[in-house]
Amino acid sequence: MTEPLVSVRDLRIGATTDAGRKVEIIKGVNFDIAPGEIVALIGESGSGKTTIALSLMGHTRTGCRIDDGSIRLDQSDITTMSERDRMQVRGTEVSYVPQSAAAAFNPSKRIMDQVIEIAAIHDLMPRAEAEKKAVELFRALALPDADTLGQRYPHQVSGGQLQRLSAAMALIGDPKLVIFDEPTTALDVTTQIEVLRAFKSVMKKGGIAGVYVSHDLAVVAQIADRIIVLKGGEIQEVGTAEQILNAPQHAYTKQLLAAFEPVPHQPVAPTAQPARPKPILEVYDLSAGYGHMRNGVPAAKILKSVNFKIERGRNLGVIGESGSGKSTLARAVAGILPAYQGAVMVDGMEQKRDLKSRSKEELRRMQIVFQLADTALNPTHSIGTLLARPLTFYEGLRGKARDARVAELLDMVHLPAALRHRLPGELSGGQKQRVNLARALAANPELILCDEITSALDTVVAAAILELLKELQRELGLSYMFISHDLSTVEAICDDVLVMYKGEVVEALPAARMSTEATHPYSRLLISSVPRLDTGWLSGLEQDPELLAQFANR
Amino acid sequence: MPQSLQPWFLVIQRLGIALLTLVIVSFAVFFATELLPGDVAEILLGQAATPEAVAGLREAMGLNEPAISRFVGWLLGLAQGDLGNSYVNNMDVAELISGRLSNSLKLAGLTTLVSVPIALSLGIGAAMWRGSLFDRIVTVLTISVISVPEFMVATLAVLIFAVWLDWLPALSYGVDVSSLSAMLKAYAMPVIALSFVISAQMIRMTRAAVIETINTPYVEMALLKGASRKRMVLGHALPNALGPIANAVALSLSYLVGGVIIVETIFSYPGVAKLMVDAVSTRDLPLIQSCAMIFCVSYLSLITLADVIALLSNPRLR
Repeated sequence: MTEPLVSVRDLRIGATTDAGRKVEIIKGVNFDIAPGEIVALIGESGSGKTTIALSLMGHTRTGCRIDDGSIRLDQSDITTMSERDRMQVRGTEVSYVPQSAAAAFNPSKRIMDQVIEIAAIHDLMPRAEAEKKAVELFRALALPDADTLGQRYPHQVSGGQLQRLSAAMALIGDPKLVIFDEPTTALDVTTQIEVLRAFKSVMKKGGIAGVYVSHDLAVVAQIADRIIVLKGGEIQEVGTAEQILNAPQHAYTKQLLAAFEPVPHQPVAPTAQPARPKPILEVYDLSAGYGHMRNGVPAAKILKSVNFKIERGRNLGVIGESGSGKSTLARAVAGILPAYQGAVMVDGMEQKRDLKSRSKEELRRMQIVFQLADTALNPTHSIGTLLARPLTFYEGLRGKARDARVAELLDMVHLPAALRHRLPGELSGGQKQRVNLARALAANPELILCDEITSALDTVVAAAILELLKELQRELGLSYMFISHDLSTVEAICDDVLVMYKGEVVEALPAARMSTEATHPYSRLLISSVPRLDTGWLSGLEQDPELLAQFANR
Repeated sequence: MPQSLQPWFLVIQRLGIALLTLVIVSFAVFFATELLPGDVAEILLGQAATPEAVAGLREAMGLNEPAISRFVGWLLGLAQGDLGNSYVNNMDVAELISGRLSNSLKLAGLTTLVSVPIALSLGIGAAMWRGSLFDRIVTVLTISVISVPEFMVATLAVLIFAVWLDWLPALSYGVDVSSLSAMLKAYAMPVIALSFVISAQMIRMTRAAVIETINTPYVEMALLKGASRKRMVLGHALPNALGPIANAVALSLSYLVGGVIIVETIFSYPGVAKLMVDAVSTRDLPLIQSCAMIFCVSYLSLITLADVIALLSNPRLR
């Protein structure tokens, strides 16, 4: 067997929290990477996958340090090196592709200067030669306008292009190992395919070894030779991609895979309400936009004549990629962004377009839950205060009655009542999202608008939230409008689906038949772009190039 | 509009806003001075202020006209460079001010030359070696300087360097400034005292602005490319911190023209600030108004300049 390129032995990384407490975040990790092999580190947030990947470059984020163990890269020992020697290794031996290329490119410098910076720092080659090599890499990564792309600033190219440019940036110094830190997580599915393909072909051609950090098993299955499953800073299971997907040994791996299984949604049997046949929400010709209003029409029109309705007790999914206007739709329906045209009817009654002119009762019936519980919950208020506020506002509850209702709400979302004294910062991501949901429930609503509420959560936690939504629906007879970019999430909870593209509804169909019966080309493209848990999916995937040119956001 | 003209449009817009602000400020200045208690005619006449004499003088000075028409006249005069005549000695205000203003600008200019490079390098250095001994010393020093009032710094400087050590002249004006060393000596103390006051703020703001950009993913990316600390801070963090730094510097420097009365008094330095305080005690309205306008103009131009730098340093707007 050939000598491994990287070997990590008994790696232990500790961190000091803001409160000064010391915790061990990586607890004795061992693994090897062969030359030219791509190894995936997979796990939920907090599993230590990024920390391990960064330690391969001798870098730890503020507050962390390598306590023990060794990392050998080729001939050198990263752990015992001086910082000056590590600088020599970074970019030449091992390089890094960041999670968000949009944030990792310096906004005030031209792309070319940043792509060839590694060559300049390490004095690898003259500038002209480096630029020539960069243009070749742009071509290899299937970037458009390879010759002139480098002259632009980062804000002048799309997210998918930036992500590929960041790979060019990593490859310019001919490294032996490239670290990919969730490089496609921030991308739309149709863009992700192109980026993954580009990465895979460049890596294979150059025989470069890679570490691919991700939380998404389906993405990892397309690119990795071997998968390391991490949880809580420890390795749970190691195996080839085939083994992990088809014959998982460890319980946690099985749980991860189970979270991927599509759970077809069983529509709730309509409760006997023959006297109220009206749909809970009807939307006619709704148009909204941003910017300066001229003749009653905003400068940037986002939403264009959207029509749909949600029957009582049914759930509507809204899917689409970034910029499709799905969040704007939720904001216009809720009245946060007043529509300039069209009507919103709740239970047959027309709502005022502007939130401010709606009555308390109208506000109560329709609640909205935002994507990021971190920003939606005031960090200085206790959970109890956060939940008490809508209770006082809508129902005038005070004192003991209000306390009892807060406890009841927490119980509904399966949180212990003692949590009411905590601040949002002390809760986990999943717990925060439950509080966020409980706050909407406090109003005793009939319809909840869920804007990407599971997108920021780990797969296992997100699955539990979906389970909770279903349970609440059974108990309280709620209806949901569920906005998501993730098709499987929508399939798991919705009865009907709207597919949005550039502010318009291109197709509306039942969720259960979405993958088989969608007819609009964009819906087909979107559905076929979702990665499957199959190592051969990407190489076997064929998409109509004309369709891609027309719809994909590259 | 073509893409390349966009930033210049923004710059012109910014200048337009500055001009509009100036007109509003002039309005405020004029009517605020109107509210000053006391009557010029009475003060001028002193012991001889019989009601008839006061009324006659008021009539002669045009003080009986409605305030708004005097404001318009004053503003039109300003626009043509005519600052009016002093009530007290009937001299041309422009002449009274010009000598003083050049004194003030000389002091401000020297202080700028000394303090800005020092403050910026200390601020950037502190950010670059954040948490080090150097950073901590700089932080402690700047906080101490911010908390010590300027008259304390100035008085101590006079006491130590002029009275005890006899190294430097206690007065800065009227001493021999024919040779370079004599000039350095004459200006050393006021410049040091003023530098202390304005540097502390600039150091702290620069440090904060640079640290904020150091914590961004693109600076971490530079580190992972193998960049040295110097390259990370000077090449990647600093260009993105230019806007806030320019604003901090402009705010500090604007203090040098109007806010230096204490330092001017302690060193008996005849600058504009002292002129204005004297004018207030004699109710010399044209002089007060002109001084106030000069302070506003200098403040506005510094702030506008900082905004323009911030605009042009941002490629998204360029």
